[in-house]
Amino acid sequence: MTTPEAPAARQLPYVLAITEALAQSMRSDPNVFLAGEDVALYGGVFGTSRGLLNEFGPQRVIDTPISESGIAGLAVGAAATGLRPIIEIMFMDFVTVCMDEIVNQAAKMKYMFGGKASLPITIRTMAGGGMSMAAQHSQSLEAWFCHVPGLKVVMPATPYDAKGLLIAAIRDDNPVLVIESKLSLGLTGEVPEEMYEVPIGRARVAREGANFTIVAIGRMLGEALKAADELAADGLDVEVIDPRSLQPLDTETIVTSVRKTHRALVVHEAVRFGGIGAEIAAQVQEEAFDYLDAPVGRVGAPFAPVPFSPVLEAEYIPNAARIAAEARRVIGKAV
Amino acid sequence: MDISPESLLDMHERMVRIRTFEEEAGKLMEAGKVPGALHLYVGEEAVAAGIMVHLSNDDQITSTHRGHGHLVAKGGDLGRMFAELFGRATGYCKGKGGSMHISDLDLGMLGANGIVGAGPPIAIGAAFSNKYRGTTNVTCCFFGDGASNEGTFHEAANMAALYRLPVVFVCENNGYGEFTSQERHQAIHDVADRAPGYGMPGIVVDGMDAIAVYEAAGEAIARARRGEGPSLLECKTYRFLDHVGVRGMGVVYRTDDEVVEWRRRDPIVLLEERLAGAGLLPAEEAAAVRERVLGQVKAAIAYAESSPHPDPSALLQDVYTLATDAPR
Repeated sequence: MTTPEAPAARQLPYVLAITEALAQSMRSDPNVFLAGEDVALYGGVFGTSRGLLNEFGPQRVIDTPISESGIAGLAVGAAATGLRPIIEIMFMDFVTVCMDEIVNQAAKMKYMFGGKASLPITIRTMAGGGMSMAAQHSQSLEAWFCHVPGLKVVMPATPYDAKGLLIAAIRDDNPVLVIESKLSLGLTGEVPEEMYEVPIGRARVAREGANFTIVAIGRMLGEALKAADELAADGLDVEVIDPRSLQPLDTETIVTSVRKTHRALVVHEAVRFGGIGAEIAAQVQEEAFDYLDAPVGRVGAPFAPVPFSPVLEAEYIPNAARIAAEARRVIGKAV
Repeated sequence: MDISPESLLDMHERMVRIRTFEEEAGKLMEAGKVPGALHLYVGEEAVAAGIMVHLSNDDQITSTHRGHGHLVAKGGDLGRMFAELFGRATGYCKGKGGSMHISDLDLGMLGANGIVGAGPPIAIGAAFSNKYRGTTNVTCCFFGDGASNEGTFHEAANMAALYRLPVVFVCENNGYGEFTSQERHQAIHDVADRAPGYGMPGIVVDGMDAIAVYEAAGEAIARARRGEGPSLLECKTYRFLDHVGVRGMGVVYRTDDEVVEWRRRDPIVLLEERLAGAGLLPAEEAAAVRERVLGQVKAAIAYAESSPHPDPSALLQDVYTLATDAPR
């Protein structure tokens, strides 16, 4: 007699995980609404809000003019008066036109007002290159926002986290930037149907290992896991950590890993100079200096705008091969 | 629009409170007793008072760097206001905001703001919220002629008209964006001219005449409450004191004659003449109001001066909201 197998966990692409998080959040809280450019009738230029207009109507799913300051300011005023806005800034590059609303208003209002204000705003935006969209539609600017007290910053790498972090962000009473990855929209993975949160501020050990740590941010998680496979052939047992949340940062999980493995490499798609990898490397060195057998390595984009040419862009964006090469350099086995 | 004797006297007292608050604040700044910069509202009182008598605590306003007058007129507590200017723990912002971030969300005052032009997008958010929640509340957005050149104003004006939001854009045109006169910062004379371009009415009113402001504001606010959308109300007014503080830094950017000319139309004097003429407020009663308000302001200053400074442990408090009330 055979026992029936447990039903396979449901698989969902990253893009639909986002849609499901939006829909479930809107169903469970009437104060949640979604506003942004082409989010309603068109369903979002990346398709993340398809079907929401039909279910929730134009009062709650709102197409806006191309006015990022207006959109972000609307979220601040709506949140300060009791609503729970989700706004979409289509490409992360476009945050430059609403920096005041995010950085000077949303982030600081609570503190400036002596704790009185609460601003539960979710700012969803798409980052990353790899689609030949050139210098103004491809950037990863997460480090800017991690530097601003009052903001939280999360970067889901998997469909599971895309849903769980977004729900957590919407429920959070602070402004949270949810930085999604446009190149990951088709990435499929396990996504439970029920509404769940991935707690903001908690990293995930994506792969356990004994003698090398790679901290991989956002879409670089997939590349780091590939690199780990490649390095296993060299006899290196790599642990891969996905911080998931960059502000607050789960330093403890990272440091615990490094104390075990004694070597670390931080990887992100953003420009290496001044990137969040620098902060992580500094914290590892402050917290675990005596455990380190080598300086903490960093992989990031070179110091140039994102290029258009597919050939140049492939050269620009970090990948598994470059991560593996840097890991070998850190352990002193560079060829 | 009819205006009751009670509303007239109410407006007058709000204006006297603003004037007295600001004059005493200016003295404190000159005496080096309050840290930082103060942008004083003296001369513009008729605007705040003429708008605010129409509003309840459930109606919101957004303010500017010159925001004391707005909070005083909205019913702000003078003691907590002065305590904030002094940076004390009892202040509206626990000493963390100061003059440029003074706010009282319970009164619907969504904050003075250090960024010129930051108010309009926030105001449309509050107005959106009023509409979303099915209320008839309105949001009044104060901004200056200078801010009318910021992109944020234009984005917010367009969105307010597009969504027919219950918002009144109140342009306090005092003729200067900081130290640059209006004819040197925009090619138009009336900021209200911009309103039709967004699909909303634009009204110009004498901002030194509280009754005129009251009447025009009443119509714009009623229109917003009826769900007929936004208006732009431009109030021509003047900054009797400098951009920052009382006398500024001594650089000449406007003539003494111009200041004297505008001071001849002091909004409080104008209103008192009207009230005296109507037998509502004889001169000695007006003087009694001033005396009574001065006593309140002095008491508020004494409260502020005797209040404790923030404890250093407060430095890292209130950066984030820690718990969430959201349903789980």
